[in-house]
Amino acid sequence: MKDATAIAGIGQTAFGKQLPESELELACQAVLRALEDAGIERSEVDGLASFTQESNSEVELARNLGLSDICYFSQVGYGGGAGPGVIGNLAMAVATGQCNVGVAWRSRKRASGAVRRPWSKSGSALLEEIAVNYTRPFGIIRPVDEIALLARRYMHEYGATREHFANVALAQRAYANNNPDAMMHAKPMTREDYMAARWIARPLCLFDNCLETDGALAAVIVRADRARDCRHKPVYVHAFAQGFHAQHQTMQNFFCDDPLRGPSWVAARRLYQQSDIQPADIDVAQIYDAFTPLIPLSLEGFGFCARGEGAAFTENGNLQPGGALPTNTSGGGLSEAYVHGFNLLTEGVRQLRGSAHNQVDGAATCLVTGGEGVPTGAVILRN
Amino acid sequence: MTEETLLPHIDEVNAPFWEGCREGVLRVQQCPATGRLMFPPRPVNSWTPGMPAVWTELSGRGRIWSVIEPHPPLMLNFTGLAPYNAIVVEVEEDPTIRIPGNLVAGAGAAINSVAYDDIAIGAAVEVVFEQMTREISLPRWVLRDA
Repeated sequence: MKDATAIAGIGQTAFGKQLPESELELACQAVLRALEDAGIERSEVDGLASFTQESNSEVELARNLGLSDICYFSQVGYGGGAGPGVIGNLAMAVATGQCNVGVAWRSRKRASGAVRRPWSKSGSALLEEIAVNYTRPFGIIRPVDEIALLARRYMHEYGATREHFANVALAQRAYANNNPDAMMHAKPMTREDYMAARWIARPLCLFDNCLETDGALAAVIVRADRARDCRHKPVYVHAFAQGFHAQHQTMQNFFCDDPLRGPSWVAARRLYQQSDIQPADIDVAQIYDAFTPLIPLSLEGFGFCARGEGAAFTENGNLQPGGALPTNTSGGGLSEAYVHGFNLLTEGVRQLRGSAHNQVDGAATCLVTGGEGVPTGAVILRN
Repeated sequence: MTEETLLPHIDEVNAPFWEGCREGVLRVQQCPATGRLMFPPRPVNSWTPGMPAVWTELSGRGRIWSVIEPHPPLMLNFTGLAPYNAIVVEVEEDPTIRIPGNLVAGAGAAINSVAYDDIAIGAAVEVVFEQMTREISLPRWVLRDA
């Protein structure tokens, strides 16, 4: 599938808390803007892809947008791990002719209503999740508790400190401060602010956690030849892979032989096997960041440094503008918006079009990853 | 949110684990062919899938693999205990078998009875049990002389 398809259009809504529109209205807005961006009529859409955690069905989206016949639809599971899988599977469907114009989207209203804190759900849905029987009774309840256990072990094994997690949070906040679409656009943060923040699950504080965001995003994928006739420079889907390792347990990745060698390692191995572009060739990265420790863990998994060196990689401004690997250049989930990582994909597209708010000069290649700690995926984009 | 919603759901697969906790022992599944242990409990023997797993008793000793200190926002019945500790213990028989729990000052002590700053990764611990309901006792952990 190498370079056989391209992302021809991207669209997004405002990002905020308690937006007036419903999740369905937000999804429709984002899709319409992505089609407009590509210059493709909505009657041409024949493929739809999203997350299993998306609450709007393909059917509702298609009915509301007045779409025509839909010939391909699929969903990928595991929340923050899903994004690159959604894009990659849709790209495969377009590349193989299962559909011609594929639309991927994610819409989320997290800051209000029943879905605000999904970890607080109870009852039969929860009982199906076998492993929570061995964590929740002990007060390991939220995603942040589960990741904090990995983070604390990581600090112990490799000498990582809160300073390293702060490097991640501060680099991304600075990008967001220069991105008018970011929720943290006008909210600078200092290292002192970070260190003084309240604990959420020690060793992690408030600023180690992603935002809670209402918003939606969408992308349009077509075959490469079609993309060259669209409005913008094509951004090719160069390589794609998914992965999780033996005895992996989603979000509770301590029931396996080697918890700090997570799903990213599996996805990365297959990704680079398929790719002409290797870690040293990547100009800019968008790495899934529900929590700051996922950045050093993913930097290791995706081959930017050796195991145990991810924390040190955050030093010397490596993640910042002009650094060795500018990372999450829109502000990411920590400081732009948390929409299950879909904004990482759209930022990757903007970087390769040359239209990002924090443009990396001459960016020609971008890695976009899903979440470490869950079944994940990654795509390499190029222009 | 009632306290019961956070207690484990006992089913036919995991019942021997929770029965063990009621009786004061930690039990995990084992593959009779390879000797490998399995946790959390599962319906199929992962290491020799055609052969039923057996339940084996652990010594109840282990070492702290990781530790956290949750703070609010939390579910109601944990809010009053916060900040408390939660740990993951690697068991003596196989350090890749890890069991979550809490470090307490003694059997029956609260999950906030040992401060996070006083908990060291690698510390030797042994299991104790706290009866929560007629059916459910939860494993907790106390420090042990190394």
